[in-house]
Amino acid sequence: MLSLIAKRLGIGLITVLAVSIIIFLGTKILPGDAAELRLGQSASAENLAVLRERLGLDKPYWQQYLSWLVNFVQGDMGNSLSGDTPISGLIADRYQNTLIVSGLTALIGVPISVALGVMAAMFPGSTYDRVLTFTSVTLVAAPEFFTATLLVLFFVLFLGMGSTIVSGSTDGMGLFELIQHFALPITTLCFVIASQLIRMSRAAVLNVMASPYIEMAILKGIPRRRIILRHALLNAIGPIVNVIALNLAYLITGVIVVEIYFSYQGLATLIVQGVQTRDFVLVQSLGMIFCATYVVIMLIADIAAILANPRQRHPK
Amino acid sequence: MTHHSRPSTQEHYVAPFDDVTSFEELKDAPPPAKFKLTFMGKIGAVVVTFWVLIALLGPFIAPLGENELPFPDAYSEFQAPQPGAWLGTDVDDRDVLSRLMFGASRTLGIAFAATIIAYFFGVILGIGAIVAGPKVDLVVSRINDAFMSLPTIMLGLVVVAAVGSSIPILILTAGFIYTTVVFRLARGIGMDIIVMDYVEAAKVRGDGIWWIVTREIWPNAAMPLISDFGLRLIIVILFISSLGFLGLGVQPPQADWGSMVRENLGALQYGESYLPVIAPAVAIATLTVGINLVVDDISSHAGRKLSGRM
Amino acid sequence: MMDDIVFQAKNLQIHAMRDDGSELPIVKGVDFKVHRGEVVALIGESGSGKTTISLSALGYCKPGLKFAGGQAELLGQDLTNMTTDALRPLRGQRVAYLAQSAAATFNPALKINEQVTEAPVIHGTKTQNDANLRALELYRALELPNADTIGDRYPHQVSGGQLQRLMAAMALCGDPDLLVLDEPTTALDVTTQIEVLKAFKKVIRDEGAAAIYVTHDLALVAQIADYIVVLYNGEIKEKGPTDVIINNPQHPYTKRLIAASRLEPQTQHSAQEQPAEIEPPALTTTQIDAGYGPTKDGRPLVQILHDVDLSVQRGQTVGVIGESGSGKSTLARVVAGLLPPASGSVVLADETLPPALAQRNRDQLRRIQFVYQMADTALNPRQRIRDILGRPLEFYTGVSGREKKDKIDELLEMVDLPKSFAGRYPHELSGGQKQRVNLARALAASPDVILCDEVTSALDSIVGANVIALLKDLRERTGIASVFISHDLSTVASYAEHLVVLYAGRVVESGLTHQVLSNPQHPYTRLLIASVPEMRIGWLEDAAKARITPTGTSDNKFSTASGCPFMPRCPMVIDNVCSRVTPPRRQANPGSNHGFACHHDVNALAVETVSPESHQI
Repeated sequence: MLSLIAKRLGIGLITVLAVSIIIFLGTKILPGDAAELRLGQSASAENLAVLRERLGLDKPYWQQYLSWLVNFVQGDMGNSLSGDTPISGLIADRYQNTLIVSGLTALIGVPISVALGVMAAMFPGSTYDRVLTFTSVTLVAAPEFFTATLLVLFFVLFLGMGSTIVSGSTDGMGLFELIQHFALPITTLCFVIASQLIRMSRAAVLNVMASPYIEMAILKGIPRRRIILRHALLNAIGPIVNVIALNLAYLITGVIVVEIYFSYQGLATLIVQGVQTRDFVLVQSLGMIFCATYVVIMLIADIAAILANPRQRHPK
Repeated sequence: MTHHSRPSTQEHYVAPFDDVTSFEELKDAPPPAKFKLTFMGKIGAVVVTFWVLIALLGPFIAPLGENELPFPDAYSEFQAPQPGAWLGTDVDDRDVLSRLMFGASRTLGIAFAATIIAYFFGVILGIGAIVAGPKVDLVVSRINDAFMSLPTIMLGLVVVAAVGSSIPILILTAGFIYTTVVFRLARGIGMDIIVMDYVEAAKVRGDGIWWIVTREIWPNAAMPLISDFGLRLIIVILFISSLGFLGLGVQPPQADWGSMVRENLGALQYGESYLPVIAPAVAIATLTVGINLVVDDISSHAGRKLSGRM
Repeated sequence: MMDDIVFQAKNLQIHAMRDDGSELPIVKGVDFKVHRGEVVALIGESGSGKTTISLSALGYCKPGLKFAGGQAELLGQDLTNMTTDALRPLRGQRVAYLAQSAAATFNPALKINEQVTEAPVIHGTKTQNDANLRALELYRALELPNADTIGDRYPHQVSGGQLQRLMAAMALCGDPDLLVLDEPTTALDVTTQIEVLKAFKKVIRDEGAAAIYVTHDLALVAQIADYIVVLYNGEIKEKGPTDVIINNPQHPYTKRLIAASRLEPQTQHSAQEQPAEIEPPALTTTQIDAGYGPTKDGRPLVQILHDVDLSVQRGQTVGVIGESGSGKSTLARVVAGLLPPASGSVVLADETLPPALAQRNRDQLRRIQFVYQMADTALNPRQRIRDILGRPLEFYTGVSGREKKDKIDELLEMVDLPKSFAGRYPHELSGGQKQRVNLARALAASPDVILCDEVTSALDSIVGANVIALLKDLRERTGIASVFISHDLSTVASYAEHLVVLYAGRVVESGLTHQVLSNPQHPYTRLLIASVPEMRIGWLEDAAKARITPTGTSDNKFSTASGCPFMPRCPMVIDNVCSRVTPPRRQANPGSNHGFACHHDVNALAVETVSPESHQI
């Protein structure tokens, strides 16, 4: 089992490296390099050459890549093109902001959604199941800004609560105050991941419920509660953890849209800003952060699934 | 042998020989009943048809041009619905209804074209990787996995940052991103088929790759692939709309549903009506939910569960 | 005796619910009784409704089915209209179920002991401690190894044969009044089956439980049942005490079933009288070594076949027999070119075939045809029968149009199918019909040799017997040579003149069928022959007595580079020899081609003989 986990870790590391190569090369195929962008079109060839040397842009790609990667790992992401400020400084605050919103979402949304999904699987075909399934079918296909709009209409404009713009310092806030402050973005994100999570955890449990050993448990006269909690859930944990990780990864996409919607000062607004100003050094760094997070979450899912499998935990 | 020391006390019964001649082998289970849409599925189908018609005809039947002003003489931002502008006006005083109709063909058109591209390359690469043998398959799959481990919206952002945003770029970008997903799907389906004995039988017969792919694999892969098309389309629509919403998709003054939501966000704060935001958001939601309802009907068609038997 | 009735079906009817709301009768009014201490067998082929009926004793219908009339009374209570809550205390306590595949019915995430003791503990009839003691007692009674600790394992950590017995422990732990056994030994190898069957019979007798035993195998039923109910298409055709049904069946359907199970071995002269040496064999393999993974020093990483020789004359059949994992399918893949051997050669009449498929030319490919076990996966579901048969015709012979159509009609006629089937898809055919199409596709190439891989294993016995009859007929008409691979000795013996017995990838014995059967030499061959159930009451007891290897099952089979693979199960092991030295090949009697591979010679083996009855199949 350990070798299997080591293998997964290895694959994860390789994937992150592959991603870093893709991102690095992605910025290299663009017309114009950092020196040109910084100095503008009218810059003289001499000035460009000097700046290129200073930035290391005259070296072969592989050397540039290595030094970029080493610096990145050490936390030095270079300076942004617009404003020439250190990117790590720009990111630090924003990173915390994004982490708060997504962390709170995961904390609230994941347990509720999984519980709802498992309950739906316990009573398949019931009114509760149908209503929940229909709602999640509807929400799964709706874009984040649709959900956000509905929530804003309902809370802000109908009930007069909350605000369409979420900003300001969160220093010194307790958990409850944080939740209140971020009520709308968090609720939106919860809806976004809930629809998928409910559907997928329901499907994971139902899939287990269709297996012959569940039929056997029924034929042994085991009560429904015990069948679900002892027989089915134990086998559904692997798939469910996988589903959770998949949806946390999906949260990244959701966060981008939701931050923009509520003009929230997180990483996403920064990256969109970077794209709009064509500050690709910034985009590069943020892209790496997002992708690495994504890979790590998927890796955790993989390893959790291995740990949840009795065949792996108790080898012959 | 003690067990048989007590012979059964039960009687011997022989059924009448009314069907002496015909102990035919019993037929395998009858094929499942034909697929029918449920009530919700029908609603979904109607909604989808409606939007497809709007997308096809919108530019011709829209009351005004995309950037025409219904009330050119007045300051008319975020007006409430009224004759001449049935869904009100937007942030730049334009007719929301007309823009919605133009946006329909753009959003649906881009998404559809991108999905077709994704299917075209994804299926060719996916099936190709399996028939090309395990080594090629491993390499292609690993590269694909690396791309799939990038969040789609990030890939989109990077491309747009690099080469700017235009409709062909959007189609190609979305097409490329979702090629990776279709690749994995097609490869999975193909894997299930290629291990079938009938494929091996064709190999043992000496049939070539072309025959095996076109006659043995493809006819069996087509249905599951097509039934997944709807889901892919939804996801591409959401992707295009999200890019539009982030201001990185279709560029102004052209309209698409995602960018319309973004442009008109202000209406929520100081508009006379919220329709400029709600209308495009509802349009996307109804279209994708409609497709999903139909898709859900198709996928729940198979199999019964052990419901209510515990 | 009336109060002694544990279960009674009274005019029981069960319907399938179709998607369009209509109902299809599956069980059409069935009556039978099970007394205390009695084993009643439900016997029939697929579609007879036997499993559905047996589950009614637990008040259970598979999803999509429902009780439509009549009663299923357990201890006087009708179960058909009981609520699930009312049924729950009965299930697992009054009546227990044993399924066909223990591997699927044990929960992979829970330890065995918890699952075995669960029912009585949950129902409150036993404390966990009592249940544990009871389980331990059952493990011992079922002759499970390491009875003290086996309950602490997870299901995937024990072998299939053990799991099957553990399932019996699970059923018996709650001391039920009625056991329902659904084909409990079908998934096992034949040499394992006898052990499990013996264990089942012993506990059923010792516990004095009543049982419903569902199976398609009449020979098994003769060993374990007191009373037999013969089902066809949801109706009872005949029912009566076991000896009456086995020895004096009345209904034509019962007679056919019994005839299909009593296959006569091929003791026939044809093999001997033909001047075999004049013509070169149609197919020969010499010293095949094959396996999977990268090859090193001429040996594959995972070697499956060691030194396999085989040859078959025109118009004759060689039967390759072995249990699961013996390498018999690998051999077929080597011959077909799907798996190039690491060493050794495949010779077709006069030419040595290139090892790999891609190197063989079209005519070489045509001359060997493969017939797959599962017609369901061997026939492309999206092609009509006409296209399935037409492709090899046009590919190998280049016929088209009218000529091709005539050939297709001819092929369908050869396998006794109506011409109208040409326009159908495989799913519109029954299992036996599909297998005939499968066969016709091989014949379309006019091959010299056909490789039949378990072609009757997935079929019911009557249908399988018909396919064998068809194969015999085709062999006579076309002079085709065949390699017939199967795990079922009686089927092989009824069709093949020559036998090759494979064990863990080595040929342990080979020769003319009647010689091998009447005078088996290798201990494994003897075990195998002695394990095939005979349709004779009392066979199980005789066979068990005659068995030399009391607890040996095929689970500890292993493949070795040298030494004898049968060593761990062999009663005649020579220390330090059998484990190291590959046994020499010996002749059973001078001048014949009946040979075997053992360190003992004929005389030494003659000391240990199996009881004479067991030589018949």
